[in-house]
Amino acid sequence: MDWLVEFPAMSRSSLTAIKKTIDLGFRDFTRAYGDAFETALSPVKWFMFWMEDLLTDSPWILVLLAITAIAYVASRSVKIAASVAVILLLVGYFGMWEDTMSTIAMTVVATLLAIVVGIPIGILMARSDRIQAIFNPILDVMQTMPSFVYLVPVIMLLGIGRVPGLIAVMVYAIPPIIRLTNLGIRLVDKDVLEAADAFGSSSWQRLKNVQMPLALPTIMAGVNQTIMMALAMVVVAAMIGVPGLGLGILRSINNQYFTLGMFNGLAIVGIAIIFDRVSQAYGKRLQKHLEVVHG
Amino acid sequence: MADQEEGIGISIRKLYKIFGSDPAAYVDLVKQGMTKTELNEKHNHVLGLKDINIEMPGGAIQVVMGLSGSGKSTLIRHINRLIDPTAGEVIVGDDDVVKMNEKELREFRRHKTAMVFQKFALLPHRTVMENTVYGLELQGVPRKKQEEEAQRWITRVGLEGFEDNYPNQLSGGMQQRVGLARALTNDAPILLMDEAFSALDPLIRMDMQSVLLDLQKEIRKTIVFITHDLDEALRLGERIAILRDGEVVQQGTKQEIVLKPADEYISNFVREVNRGRVITVDMVMNPVEGEPSGPKIKTGAVLETAAKKMTEQSVSQAVVIDENGMPIGALDIQDVISAMVTPVDHTMVDDEAA
Repeated sequence: MDWLVEFPAMSRSSLTAIKKTIDLGFRDFTRAYGDAFETALSPVKWFMFWMEDLLTDSPWILVLLAITAIAYVASRSVKIAASVAVILLLVGYFGMWEDTMSTIAMTVVATLLAIVVGIPIGILMARSDRIQAIFNPILDVMQTMPSFVYLVPVIMLLGIGRVPGLIAVMVYAIPPIIRLTNLGIRLVDKDVLEAADAFGSSSWQRLKNVQMPLALPTIMAGVNQTIMMALAMVVVAAMIGVPGLGLGILRSINNQYFTLGMFNGLAIVGIAIIFDRVSQAYGKRLQKHLEVVHG
Repeated sequence: MADQEEGIGISIRKLYKIFGSDPAAYVDLVKQGMTKTELNEKHNHVLGLKDINIEMPGGAIQVVMGLSGSGKSTLIRHINRLIDPTAGEVIVGDDDVVKMNEKELREFRRHKTAMVFQKFALLPHRTVMENTVYGLELQGVPRKKQEEEAQRWITRVGLEGFEDNYPNQLSGGMQQRVGLARALTNDAPILLMDEAFSALDPLIRMDMQSVLLDLQKEIRKTIVFITHDLDEALRLGERIAILRDGEVVQQGTKQEIVLKPADEYISNFVREVNRGRVITVDMVMNPVEGEPSGPKIKTGAVLETAAKKMTEQSVSQAVVIDENGMPIGALDIQDVISAMVTPVDHTMVDDEAA
């Protein structure tokens, strides 16, 4: 009657055998294709380092001005641009300028990568119910999987460092942009699409002239969420050797440095505010034509 | 462009449309006489259009009228194949639209047809100008030419000065003017109008009808106009086809529809019509006997005009003359007035005929 008291799990030996088989299989896969992956990712790696060098090596005052200017151009709001400048000045004054710049670089690159990969997938999903049915459960799993788990296969495949970190961040942050691209395109007014067809649009013209522009506000909401998730994951990715504010937090956990942890944490909050406000203001500005309604 | 050849005619032959998972399987059953209800109950398919045959002459306005659910919007979408038929032919000019492949169809839509929609269907993120050039943009016309052409039509429909506004900044009537300008800029010989004015206020609707009639005098396009409003149908249509439950119940000129409604359904419709403004003197005149007397009335004039002229001159006789001034018929005030006031009943018409 043992099975009543204890769960009748499979025997320890078969469980070990399963784990061993999968692990060995993955190890062989890694040995066979790890280098190929690394080569394939070299442009990403180059872009990542270029971005980080640009932000950390340029004179801080230029970087500060550039980021503030971008914030202003995107949001057209002096208030938002001014808050961005104040946050950056505070972060720098408390000695976290370089770490903050690495984190921003990582977040920007991961987000761009997620957009480049995610939007086409979202478009494919919007075009076919079957593709949507395949991707939806995958996205569900991806969004509920604990963030640490993403680090495991990446380390095995690519080792530790910035690039594996970047890939983990990108994969973790990609679901919202895929989902909202799909949703945005599916929500486009059927009447307008019919009109585009009636005038003889090809399917590319339909996508370019009607579906993407009308889905853009929704897609921007996806970009905003992707940025926020990337930022959260950049901190976790410090565990596999990604530099930046996350590393400070990791150190403060290991050594019980309360103040260091708080400072780094607040700096991340600061960056999150910058990204969120600027991307939201930009998204809102994109749908300005929808706001002016005939009275 | 305005003085192009006679216009392209459209002829719809034996057109069937069945909605459902396997429409082709039921066409033969429907051809053998299965009814809409039977098809729906037994096979769970919806009969959209049944054996539609309409000849639309080039350069004229053909109205297709019917209540909601009659299949009129489905029918107009077969002309540019936004909806694929289950069986039948749609011949436009010399080509069968049903047989075109994707590329031919796209070219056909770009160059031969333009469409105006009930809900306007403008691109909300584009300005009036950017919306108007849309068709030419797809055709690949140089930008400058696009804008010149668009500007001409924007001005023509009375939207000058609103080129840079977004659709949401305009009233419904103005938005539909953009829809009309967009379709006209395309310079296609066929204009498809799907309940184009139904969403507008009555006054603005009248106004737009006048705009369309004025324009048609110069452009002479083949216009297919869908409506559920008989007054609109009679005002615009040279020829009218009436659709009910996916079948054509009657087609002909507007006088034929008003004077000889084919069944009770149509006589119910035409009962409320102002007959004095629809029926022409040609329909009630008698053969000329001896020397005709009274005022001269041109052929094609409506009864209201004739009655007004005759009562003003206090006479009971008038002469109908043709374009050359030759008398072709005699008019009696009794006949004119009785034709104006008699409510039409299709059974009564049948009795008279018998």
